[in-house]
Amino acid sequence: MTPLNEMRMTVDSRSVNESYVRVAVSAFAAQLDPTVEEISDLKTALSEAVTNCIVHAYADRVGRINIHTQLFETGLVRVRIRDRGCGIPDVKQALEPLWSSVGGERAGLGFAVMESFCDKVRVRSTYGRGTSVTLEKQIQGREHNKSAA
Amino acid sequence: MPPDIILTPISVTALLRGEIDHHSASGMRKAIDDALNKHKPPLLRLDFSQVTFIDSSAIGLVMGRYRLARELGSRVQVVNLNERYYRLMRLAGLEKLARLTLKEQRLNA
Repeated sequence: MTPLNEMRMTVDSRSVNESYVRVAVSAFAAQLDPTVEEISDLKTALSEAVTNCIVHAYADRVGRINIHTQLFETGLVRVRIRDRGCGIPDVKQALEPLWSSVGGERAGLGFAVMESFCDKVRVRSTYGRGTSVTLEKQIQGREHNKSAA
Repeated sequence: MPPDIILTPISVTALLRGEIDHHSASGMRKAIDDALNKHKPPLLRLDFSQVTFIDSSAIGLVMGRYRLARELGSRVQVVNLNERYYRLMRLAGLEKLARLTLKEQRLNA
C-alpha cells in the first residue's frame, strides 16, 4: 500500500520536544479529517513512544529521535518512532503492563497505553542498537461519525 | 505550568493546568508535594478541570502523590476528570488508590 502523504522529522531527545512532536504529527494527520477523539488517541500513544526514547533509549545522553508519519487513502495513520539508543533486552517483558526498568514515577504503562489507544503497535529492538515502535491508527473521520450519529 | 494550590482547613486542592506529560509533570509534582508536606491536610484533591492533555505521566503523578499522602495520613481525590482521562486512570487501576470523579455536567445551562 502506497501512502498518500508522508512526513519525516527528527528531534533531539529533550523532554521539551514531547509536546512539539504531538502537535506536529497531529497537525499533519489532520488531512484525514479525524475527530477530536481520534487525534487525542494518536497524541497520547505518540507521547508514550517519544517519552520512552527520552527516558529509556537515551537515558544518559541526548540522541536523535526519527518520526516517520504516513497517511493512507483508507484513513490509516502509521507513525514509526525510531531511536538509536540502548535497545530493549527483553521486548516481551517491556510490553508487560506495570513493568518498568526505571524507578521513580514512571508507571510502566507506556506500551499498555499505546495498545489501548491505537489499533496496532509493533516493537522491534536490538539491544545496544536501538528501537523502532510502529503505531497504527485507523481514522474514521468526522464525516463518518456525522453520518453514524 | 505549576498548579494553583487552594487551601481549606481540611484540604489542599491542586488545580492542574495545561498538558501533563513527562516534561511538565516534574514541576507539578514539586508544587503539590511542597503544599502537602507543609499543610499535611486530611484531604488532597487533584483537580483536572483545566487539563488539556495527559499521557501515562499523569498516572505516575497521581500514584506518587498517593504514596506521599498516605505517609502523611491524607486521602486523595482526583476530580473533574473527562471520560478519556477517567479511562486512562482506570487502565492503571488508580480507582483502588484514590476516589476518581468525572466532571459534573450542567443540564439546564
